[in-house]
Amino acid sequence: MTEQKHILSILVDNQPGVLSRIAGLFSGRGYNIESLSVAETTEPLVSRITMVTMADTPVVEQIMKQLHKLINVIKVHELTGTSYVQREMALVKVQAKPEHRAEILRIVDIFRCKVVDVGQGHYTLEVTGDEGKMDAILNLLKPIGIKEIAKTGIIALFREPK
Amino acid sequence: MKLTGAQILMEVLKEEGVDTIFGFPGGVIIDIYDELAKTDIKHILVRHEQGAVHAADGYARASGGVGVCLVTSGPGATNTVTGIASAYMDSIPIVIFTGQVPTQLIGNDAFQEVDIVGITRPCTKHNYLVKRTEDLARIVKEAFIIAASGRPGPVLIDLPKDVSNTKITYKPPQKIELKSYNPTYNPNMKQLHRAVKLIKNAKKPLIFAGGGVVLSKGSKELTELAHKTRTPVTCSLMGLGVFPGTDPLWLGMIGMHGTYRANMCSGECDLIVAVGVRFDDRVTGKTDTFAPNAKIVHIDIDPTSIRKNIPVAVPIVGDCKITLGLLNRLLDKEDLGDLKTKRKKWLDQIDEWKSTKPLAYKQKDIIKPQYVVEKLYELTKGEAIITTEVGQNQMWAAQYYHFNKPNHFITSGGLGCMGFGLPAAIGAQLACPDKLVVDIAGDGSIQMNIQEMATAEQYNLPVKIVILNNRYLGMVRQWQELFYDKRYSGTGMEHAPDFVKLAEAYGAVGLRATKPEEVEPVLIKGLSSPKTVIMDFVVEREECVYPMVPAGAPITEMLLA
Repeated sequence: MTEQKHILSILVDNQPGVLSRIAGLFSGRGYNIESLSVAETTEPLVSRITMVTMADTPVVEQIMKQLHKLINVIKVHELTGTSYVQREMALVKVQAKPEHRAEILRIVDIFRCKVVDVGQGHYTLEVTGDEGKMDAILNLLKPIGIKEIAKTGIIALFREPK
Repeated sequence: MKLTGAQILMEVLKEEGVDTIFGFPGGVIIDIYDELAKTDIKHILVRHEQGAVHAADGYARASGGVGVCLVTSGPGATNTVTGIASAYMDSIPIVIFTGQVPTQLIGNDAFQEVDIVGITRPCTKHNYLVKRTEDLARIVKEAFIIAASGRPGPVLIDLPKDVSNTKITYKPPQKIELKSYNPTYNPNMKQLHRAVKLIKNAKKPLIFAGGGVVLSKGSKELTELAHKTRTPVTCSLMGLGVFPGTDPLWLGMIGMHGTYRANMCSGECDLIVAVGVRFDDRVTGKTDTFAPNAKIVHIDIDPTSIRKNIPVAVPIVGDCKITLGLLNRLLDKEDLGDLKTKRKKWLDQIDEWKSTKPLAYKQKDIIKPQYVVEKLYELTKGEAIITTEVGQNQMWAAQYYHFNKPNHFITSGGLGCMGFGLPAAIGAQLACPDKLVVDIAGDGSIQMNIQEMATAEQYNLPVKIVILNNRYLGMVRQWQELFYDKRYSGTGMEHAPDFVKLAEAYGAVGLRATKPEEVEPVLIKGLSSPKTVIMDFVVEREECVYPMVPAGAPITEMLLA
């Protein structure tokens, strides 16, 4: 069977050690974590973890069951295969020599990014979007010169029925 | 009412009905020990914390309740890890209390500080660090619920010293609510109907039962199902006893050292009703050749056990006892036809396997280990609680002692933990003071927790230890004989203590048999003694456990003696 990308949305108790239980489950059972993002929900006692993993179907079924078995895990959903919205965010520090400054700003405009910091030799851009958009903009910026990058993992939610 | 954490702990333990605690004191739990002495709870002072956990494990298995341990921080806590891992693999309900340095010192590398919650995260069902005395009662109550419900398992509670000695106004917790924990006890009826259909149409069915049936106390329902449908029964190591070992439908254990007929059945059957098992690799052998002709109905309370190793036609998540009960009621309404005729060919085939390839050994002038176990079975009429160490002794116990009741075979199945048998026997003896408790041991594994002899003596526990002494680490030696051209690397145990003198040194009785004709008299003398007894049987050194399925081979391909 072939491995595919799966996005899991996990509601957990907002307590110390919970992330370690989940990370430990993945390392202990040989599952992989492509990306992970965690933050409190509107309920302060509950956090949402959005996790991307590469696995084939039986393995992802097992991953979800194993996650659910953890006492601090409240709910586990798989978003892949459903209708959902997903976003990543990146802060990209780009080298900005005088001859590239206009080009960078054009790219910012096309991709609806923001410039959040400017210096003599750099721009720091805030980029938000799905994976496709991330890849596209990074490909365009690479030849210009990316100095540093900080990226979040994917966050995602189900789409409500219209 | 103002109470300290230690006093609150005692209140909750009493409410939970705890009557015995296995433990070992130390600096940060003195406050708890101080309060413990004022209660009626019996404290069993072990000689090593690993022994405390195995004893609590044996206590839980023999009593069907929850075992409790109490140890100090640091090394006291780390010494429990092997015992906890063993209980976790076998789903045994234990609550382990570990002391911890005061909260303000946590993280400072204080004396005897260790992150035991971090260390035991992967081998406990759940664990807690109590940070405030106010949370203590609730956490302890939760721990007992989690340990004993659903698929049971060990739960560890780490208790910083200041949490146990801070005084607060104690209000007993009202209702305990675990919002994210809700095991499924009642099965999905649609799946159950599908299972009925498969059972009805099966020509060569097989029931495969495991530790889950012991834990759910579903032995009666399982036996009813087998008799009602005239289906032969096999068990995993953990399941032994849930179906009478003397019943004509009994096949013996399945797996790497399973009986020929049980393993052949799995290869030939067209339906497996698997109950409370997890299809461990020691059962399935090579997974893609396991039960090639069978549809599998899998009943287990833990959804992760289902489809973890083996594809399943009908998955049923539910408590084994409840599910089997419902299945029996549904089958009552079905016309199953004349099962005597319908099953004749299948059962005849099994009888043929049994008569051509029975479990067998030849007793010559040196004592055969199998002979000792068989004699033990005869003399105890199958009524004793048997604990085992791990290795050949464990397999011979499983093969040659025929268990008629659950909770009578206590062994470290999943983890395969040497040194388990003696402390587990101590726990079992405390749970069942009127029962005969026998640890079937090897000379290697008995030495791993031999210090617990002193515990048995201190509390006058008349456990009996049968050592099958071959001066080898026998199971590994067997693999070396069969698969490594007899290169016995690291398995020779030429030097061991004189177990008779050792028993006497502990104040126990020591007996030895070196010839076959001495086996029975030694057993009779040892078993009838009111004291702790070590019986040292000097057995054939290079005896192997057969049948044997080489690791990774299909389980129908067995090496026979």
